[in-house]
Amino acid sequence: MFNIFRCIVMRDLTLAMRRKTDVLTTMFFFIIVVSLFPLGVGTEKETLRHIAPGVVWVAALLASMLALERLFASDYSDGTLEQMLLTPQPLTVLVLGKVLAHWLLTGLPLVLIAPLVGLQYHLSIESTGVMMLALLIGTPVLSLIGAIGAALTLGLRGGGILLSLLILPLYIPILIYGSGAVAASAIPGSELQAYFSLLAAFLLMALIFSPLATAAGLRISVE
Amino acid sequence: MLEIVDLACIRGDRRLFSGLNFSLMPGSLLYIKGHNGSGKTTLLRTICGLFLAEDGEIRWNDKNVRSLCEDYNKEVLYLGHHNGIKYDLTGYENLQISATLDGDDVDEDKILYALAKMGLAGFEDLPTQVLSQGQKRRVALARLLINSSKLWILDEPFTALDVAAVDLLQSVIAEHVANGGMVILTTHQEVALTAGQVQTLQLGD
Repeated sequence: MFNIFRCIVMRDLTLAMRRKTDVLTTMFFFIIVVSLFPLGVGTEKETLRHIAPGVVWVAALLASMLALERLFASDYSDGTLEQMLLTPQPLTVLVLGKVLAHWLLTGLPLVLIAPLVGLQYHLSIESTGVMMLALLIGTPVLSLIGAIGAALTLGLRGGGILLSLLILPLYIPILIYGSGAVAASAIPGSELQAYFSLLAAFLLMALIFSPLATAAGLRISVE
Repeated sequence: MLEIVDLACIRGDRRLFSGLNFSLMPGSLLYIKGHNGSGKTTLLRTICGLFLAEDGEIRWNDKNVRSLCEDYNKEVLYLGHHNGIKYDLTGYENLQISATLDGDDVDEDKILYALAKMGLAGFEDLPTQVLSQGQKRRVALARLLINSSKLWILDEPFTALDVAAVDLLQSVIAEHVANGGMVILTTHQEVALTAGQVQTLQLGD
């Protein structure tokens, strides 16, 4: 079982390494969106510090949204997806492998680039640390929930727009608690554990239910 | 043994076929004929489990395939219109991944042998996107040589192949049938394989 999981993850990582643009576009999209705000809002320290949590999280949501469409699309169009459905392996494991690879390529880079954003928005070192941790727990949830939408809208015309309409509302809890954690970290003496517990709870829920829902969605879409 | 009982398929609003019955014994080949749009591909996709039939059942060794799930998938190899290979990966990597996913323990020599037999010696390490259409098809067909499935479902396997490859594929299919395997195929090409004594099923008028 673990062998299969590793095989799928390595396959998707190899494919991404041969086609680097897909990975880089997500990251640059995130950087550009985040950098546009200071230009529009003004460079006043307090304002920036105030809007930073929301801006970073909304940018992360949009960036992960942008990458979602490609999660199953290329496998669908060249027929490898239907071959995956026909393998004697549990589809949920294959889905989980694909989502993990997708997160490593699109979610993890956002976590790693977060300190740069922190500098740009005059965040304290603690707040930046909290932001990284919140992104580390939150972005996998985005990939997992997004996978359900990507599976359901596979092969539809204008699927990209439909995907955003379906999935963005489901991202709201992550947005609230993710940016809430960063905002709270700016207040001295505030307790952050509740935010992280809730984010981790979302992650566990998504880890269990998303592969099942995604697998069902894929079966419907391929038919 | 594969049994099809009272199978009916509807695509969109159109009833493609209904009340379809046939069975396929080990060591036999079924050739499905029919004009374009008569439901050949839908039938094949239904048999391998990608398409849900409106009515009827498909049995494998007297058990409904719905209850067998992954055990049935192990016995079936489907090759459709799409090659089912990644164009950014090499022929070798493609075969290795599909063997791992199919649960077959295949070593390096066997994969290289399969590629060489399909006439792809020297092309193992090239991304398949630089290969020609026929060569891509050959990579996809090389899976037949490393797979342990009993039932092969081949939808137009001869398209894009040259004369030599068509002959080769025919001998691979004939060998599989001779070894007790089962093959269901559709083709619009005149090939010696389907001209002899084989079971045929005519779909449509």
